[in-house]
Amino acid sequence: MNGGTSNGVEVRGLGVRLGEREVLADVGLSVAGGEWLAVIGPNGAGKSTLLRAMAGLIACTGEVLVDGVSARSLGHRPRARLIAYAPQNPLLPPDMSVYDYALLGRTPYIPYLGRESARDREVTGTVLERLDLTGFASRRLGHLSGGERQRVVLARALTQQAPVLLLDEPTTALDLGHQQQVLELVDRLRLADGLTVVTTLHDLNLAGQYADTLVLLAPGRAVASGPPKQVLTEPLLARHFDAHVQVEPGADGRPLVRLIRPEER
Amino acid sequence: MTLLRPRGRALLVAVAVLAICLILGLVTGAAGISPRGVVLALLDRLPFVSVDPGLTPAELGIVFQLRVPRVLIAAMVGGLLAIAGAGYQGVFRNPLADPYLLGAAAGAGLTVTLVVVFLGGRAGVIAVPVAAFAGAVGGVLLAYALGRSAGRGGGTATLVLAGVAVTSFLTALQTFVQQLKVEELQRIYAWILGNVGGGWEEVWMVVPYTLVSTVVLLLHGRLLDVLSVGEEEASSLGLNAGRARLIVLLAASLATASAVAVGGLIAFVGIVVPHVVRRLAGWSYRIVLPVSFVGGAAFLVLADLIARSVLAPAELPIGVVTAFVGAPFFVMVLRMTKGVNT
Repeated sequence: MNGGTSNGVEVRGLGVRLGEREVLADVGLSVAGGEWLAVIGPNGAGKSTLLRAMAGLIACTGEVLVDGVSARSLGHRPRARLIAYAPQNPLLPPDMSVYDYALLGRTPYIPYLGRESARDREVTGTVLERLDLTGFASRRLGHLSGGERQRVVLARALTQQAPVLLLDEPTTALDLGHQQQVLELVDRLRLADGLTVVTTLHDLNLAGQYADTLVLLAPGRAVASGPPKQVLTEPLLARHFDAHVQVEPGADGRPLVRLIRPEER
Repeated sequence: MTLLRPRGRALLVAVAVLAICLILGLVTGAAGISPRGVVLALLDRLPFVSVDPGLTPAELGIVFQLRVPRVLIAAMVGGLLAIAGAGYQGVFRNPLADPYLLGAAAGAGLTVTLVVVFLGGRAGVIAVPVAAFAGAVGGVLLAYALGRSAGRGGGTATLVLAGVAVTSFLTALQTFVQQLKVEELQRIYAWILGNVGGGWEEVWMVVPYTLVSTVVLLLHGRLLDVLSVGEEEASSLGLNAGRARLIVLLAASLATASAVAVGGLIAFVGIVVPHVVRRLAGWSYRIVLPVSFVGGAAFLVLADLIARSVLAPAELPIGVVTAFVGAPFFVMVLRMTKGVNT
């Protein structure tokens, strides 16, 4: 929509089988460079699996294109320079310092048996500064609060300097204020750096407020996609979430989803 | 920058400790040679130094044909077991991983026994290390497969339990094999309980394997740090995690195999040393690997010293000493890692 097609991401006919089970089938999505796409869907719909497949972490069929280049055909390091990924529950070694953790994001720029360069340290320092983490640099990961952890994980993803950011439920286990802070931060970074952001979000209102495009996954398939207004509708949510909801436009025109209690008590 | 300074300091301390242990190991012995004479004899061997140690040729023989190779073997075996333990801990992200508890040592023990029993004198310099390496890799893979099939939610203890099962099974097999050849029993038995009393021949046999495995492991320090965030995340960071883990696993198994081939089954060095290093010097494998190697060398030289002193002139198997220190230590580490899942 902003006309910029660089760093756009396109997924075509993506399928994932885990053992006998078909977790994703023929999923397609498209997000323009610099835009935010949120993947929503009920529990077990395959949201996290979709992100992991896009990041090249699990075997899948179909195509994942970044800027028209097939990410699946790239080696580990070139792919990691293109796509950064933060899982829902990142593993944070408790004794590692914030600085050293953020520095791990430079891995795709370091040769296999090489070591970090001055440039890698410089990038890491700048990212920590941008995220107000400079004062935390020597803090151990085990001594961080939930909101700080999320920011540190984001810092690691940013030091990767990849134009595409895949975030799996970035607001998990955060209170209301911290959810807002993290998503605002992602949005600021997206606008400043022209990042293409793909997140899974189980909170439909947050998804509707932050994303340009939503993709609704319902067991393994993309059943709807488009701007929030077209996806967050009462019939779609009733059918795929088995939920009784009311959807109204908010002050900014974006849809707000409200749960309605059944009549009989 | 953040890492190099503590690493240098830790290495310096470890080297100093090792030097003290080596000297203690060299001056102590049943022959009652004066420590001053031993030190002078060693100095005499340095280039450009010429002193008269005042030792008889027999005493010089004891120092250079028995004691020096003995402490060198103890140092190498200890260093190998400690760095192998640290490597396995990185591969499995499990602080309880140990060459002995993982089944690697028992695997090597079985294959070495097979070679000794069935090839006898023809076993030679090539067959023993190769068999030990194959056995070590086989043992670890068996323990790993068993641990995974036993359930993913089991945490750090599952792998170790599987390793203990594999170790028991392979040791039973090994006992069976050794009983087939009773005339070799004495030899095998002494070796199984741990024994670093070899000569120069054994020293030269381990040196190449020590070099290769140690260098490969040391080169992978940074990659093990990357792997500490988990295989999947490490992959997303651009690391071919599967390949890196395999290389480290093979190098750690080679280290284990070389240690077992000359030193027999010595438990707990691979847990105790890296754990102490982590406590004192930091989490990074760039510190843990090199410092563990040096620290493990010091630890085993000291253990050997104790093994041949407490019941002198009789010798205690060195594995008994390390188990005596290591088993309580293991319980301590187990308590501290409670609740940490792999």
